[in-house]
Amino acid sequence: MQKIKPFDHLILILGALFLCAPVVMALMSSTHTAVDVHSNGLSLLPGGNGIETYTKVLTHRGGFTGDVTGLLMLRNSLIMGLGFAVGKIVLSMMAAYALVYFRFRFATLLFWAIFATLLLPLEVRIMPSYQVMSELHLLNTYTGLIVPLLASATGTFFFRQFFRSVPDELLEAARIDGAGPVKFFIDVLVPLSKTMMAAIFIIMFIYGWNQYLWPLLMTTDESFYTLMRGIKSILQVWVGSQIPDYNEAFALAVLAMVPPVAVVVIFQRMFIKGLTESDK
Amino acid sequence: MAELTLKSVGKTYAGGVDAVTDVTIDIKDGEFIVLVGPSGCGKSTLLRMVAGLETVTRGDVQIGGRRVNDLDPAERDIAMVFQNYALYPHMSVRDNMAYGLKNRGESKAVIEERVAEAARMLELGQYLDRKPRALSGGQRQRVAMGRAIVRQPAAFLFDEPLSNLDAKLRVSMRMEIRKLQQRLGTTSLYVTHDQLEAMTLADRLVVLNGGRIEQIGAPLEVYRKPASTFVASFIGAPAMSLLDAHIEGGQLLLEGHALARLGNAAGPVTLGLRAEDLRIVDTGLPMRVDYIEELGAQRIIHGMVGDQALAVTDTHDTPLGPEVRVALDPARLHLFDAQTGRRMDKRVEQVSVPA
Amino acid sequence: MTDTPLNMVEADRTLVMRLRAWWSGETATPAKRVQFDRPLTPWLFLLPQLAVVVIFFYWPSVQAVTSSFYLEDPFGFGATFVGMENYTDALNSSEYLGTAAFTAFFCVVVTALALGIGLLLAVKADKVIRGAESYKTLLISVYAIAPPVAGLIGMMFFDMHMGPLKDLAAWFGYDLKVGINYWDTATALIVIAVWKQIPYNFIFFLSGLQSVPVSVREAALIDARSGWRRFWDITLPLLAPTAFFLLVINITYTMFDTFPIIDVIVKDKPANNPMTLVYKVYLDGFKGNDIGGSSAQSVILMGVVALLTVLQFRFLERRVHYG
Repeated sequence: MQKIKPFDHLILILGALFLCAPVVMALMSSTHTAVDVHSNGLSLLPGGNGIETYTKVLTHRGGFTGDVTGLLMLRNSLIMGLGFAVGKIVLSMMAAYALVYFRFRFATLLFWAIFATLLLPLEVRIMPSYQVMSELHLLNTYTGLIVPLLASATGTFFFRQFFRSVPDELLEAARIDGAGPVKFFIDVLVPLSKTMMAAIFIIMFIYGWNQYLWPLLMTTDESFYTLMRGIKSILQVWVGSQIPDYNEAFALAVLAMVPPVAVVVIFQRMFIKGLTESDK
Repeated sequence: MAELTLKSVGKTYAGGVDAVTDVTIDIKDGEFIVLVGPSGCGKSTLLRMVAGLETVTRGDVQIGGRRVNDLDPAERDIAMVFQNYALYPHMSVRDNMAYGLKNRGESKAVIEERVAEAARMLELGQYLDRKPRALSGGQRQRVAMGRAIVRQPAAFLFDEPLSNLDAKLRVSMRMEIRKLQQRLGTTSLYVTHDQLEAMTLADRLVVLNGGRIEQIGAPLEVYRKPASTFVASFIGAPAMSLLDAHIEGGQLLLEGHALARLGNAAGPVTLGLRAEDLRIVDTGLPMRVDYIEELGAQRIIHGMVGDQALAVTDTHDTPLGPEVRVALDPARLHLFDAQTGRRMDKRVEQVSVPA
Repeated sequence: MTDTPLNMVEADRTLVMRLRAWWSGETATPAKRVQFDRPLTPWLFLLPQLAVVVIFFYWPSVQAVTSSFYLEDPFGFGATFVGMENYTDALNSSEYLGTAAFTAFFCVVVTALALGIGLLLAVKADKVIRGAESYKTLLISVYAIAPPVAGLIGMMFFDMHMGPLKDLAAWFGYDLKVGINYWDTATALIVIAVWKQIPYNFIFFLSGLQSVPVSVREAALIDARSGWRRFWDITLPLLAPTAFFLLVINITYTMFDTFPIIDVIVKDKPANNPMTLVYKVYLDGFKGNDIGGSSAQSVILMGVVALLTVLQFRFLERRVHYG
């Protein structure tokens, strides 16, 4: 086959450096003191202040109410990620099941009603969405944080694809075996979708965890702050301070990126599969 | 155990396409019926109508004397074996077989006994706890059959069950299916496009073409007396040679050669000749040799009579020249109406061997 | 970050087909040969999704359209119908048009760079054998980083006091002033946005490349001697569906998902800083309390997105070979 040229490796190494170096430097800098970072710039080597910084970020009560800790934000981010992923899977599997496996009136209309949501991202209708949420008294609730994000049809789209790739004969065999719609769904389709559910779960967990704009608007009560919301606050405090807490900001950034990055690296195979394939 | 009756069954799809037209078949209890025909002939649609997977547009489907047109597949007391096995991939072999029984509310003891019995019959005992993906194609097909057997249905429906297997396995599975069916005595309806499979399995064949029945009959009967040119060319390998001939003055003439003396009316006819009914001789119908297919025990000589193709089976292996002479037994020639393609009675009067 | 996951290359294709069938008024072919025929059950399965979609998608969308025709009192004392005024105001404002121009520029540059670099890395990663897995892991891991985190890290790199990129620019004799100089800020935004999006494109291009059958690769090896020719004649056309899909995703990404990056870098200080249309909707609505104006901008944006989607389907799809 083709010969491998050192040039190929050079490009890959440069690419990997470009992508990963900032992350490494953020990680390393978070272990230095703020003064150190301020005077010496970002660092590629670990410093001695790591434990102190992270303890402070995780447990120090900050914010206007003096109640927000990094741990609390970590917990809220986790709720957001898990809640979103689970909600998305449940809702979209059910909807996709109805669209693929049933013959009923208005099916095509409903298909388009649901899939039109792919056209307009939340950001476009952010203002009225906020108003709706406040009319429904859902500001500063976990429901308000999670449920509106479920309105996009990506998951439904995916499961629809997947269900369509399931051989027709499986349903036919199940019908001969006397399985009704609910039985077929629970006994056959759900177990069959396990791998896909896991892959979707990973993607959706990351998506939920990484939400920024929506939590920014939905939460004024600091006990609902997520890590992303925390980043916004820490930056707001910076304005006017002499030596900003660079190290703490970096520590927060590291906390915010470690779980999703870890998930991607650990479940790399499944993640790529979920992202790019509709498996049989 | 039951008889299965189709009465003037028809199927028209939503788009107005007629898939099946006026099919009537009476299947006796315990009979093995094979539906055979090229793809798109409606054989699968017919089977699926019996299964309840397609609605019946016209006519009646009866199983054991009961009209089942409007019943759910699960209520029809049938079992089906699919081409791609359609096993539940996440269930063990045992659970695959037991699933239908569980849904019918059979007791644990009954389920266990039936599964064990089927597993023994199909030699699946050691695989009961495996998932389908850990089995070979042949084993999967056995599981699919096991799933049908445990239900003890009134009828088995097979939808090209062997098409996904390799040639060698197909032959042995064919025998196994036949033996199993004879042992259980269950009425069976079997769909295939493979005429050899159809011939070897069937008590009676149903040859379908364009959604209509061309012929129903025992395999040999269909082979020896094909009802139409379609059946003639579809059943048997190599396919029967069909040639344009005509009858004139009581003589059957092919490309100017008189082949036989017939009492039929004068006019054009289609002449059907099976390769094995012809012999290479010293004097007879002249044929230009195109190519020779060596099969070991015999060879098939493909050639041209005038500009019409003809195949002859030959058991010798002497080298042949560019032209050979062919002899035929007038009792074994088939005549079909040149327009409709339907079989004609022939009234052979005298053999005449052309010079 | 986008939640548009999945086998969208395949999915996309059926969507296009569906769209076309829909346009031409054909009824969609049933998804399965056999379907359940129950009038009520499908509605029960659809109910949760429908409820969420209606309450959190259609209701706000309709509200955006209606309030775009009203001038709302900033203190909440009712609203006056003003017709198209909010629209004409927006479209006549040089500030709005400037933002629109920057958004278009930003889209083109980020999409081109992110796609180009992603493709280059994927092609190289597909070629090497030694260390392929390590490269893959390194190149993919950044995918999961949230845009605001990317913005934060990027901000540090461009920081006026200790940012290494500021030092780098200074070494070349340039005074980089991110947050103050318009084009300096724009540069920072582009670098961060591209950085964040490369892994996504890389993943898709790589899996697109690896799904090219070995037999096709070998046939190409026999038919074309130069590697560049092979890439141009064989690989690229086979990658076209992937590339088409990624184009849509990348444009969507730069228009919408870069919001957090802009928010972190620009920090609510729009003065002389570049921003995208989406960010302006947010600023005018939430910071400027101009609900009518913000809604009108939303509606315009909806129109642009819808138009873009249709255009992409109509023109691009035709030139793409779906194998």
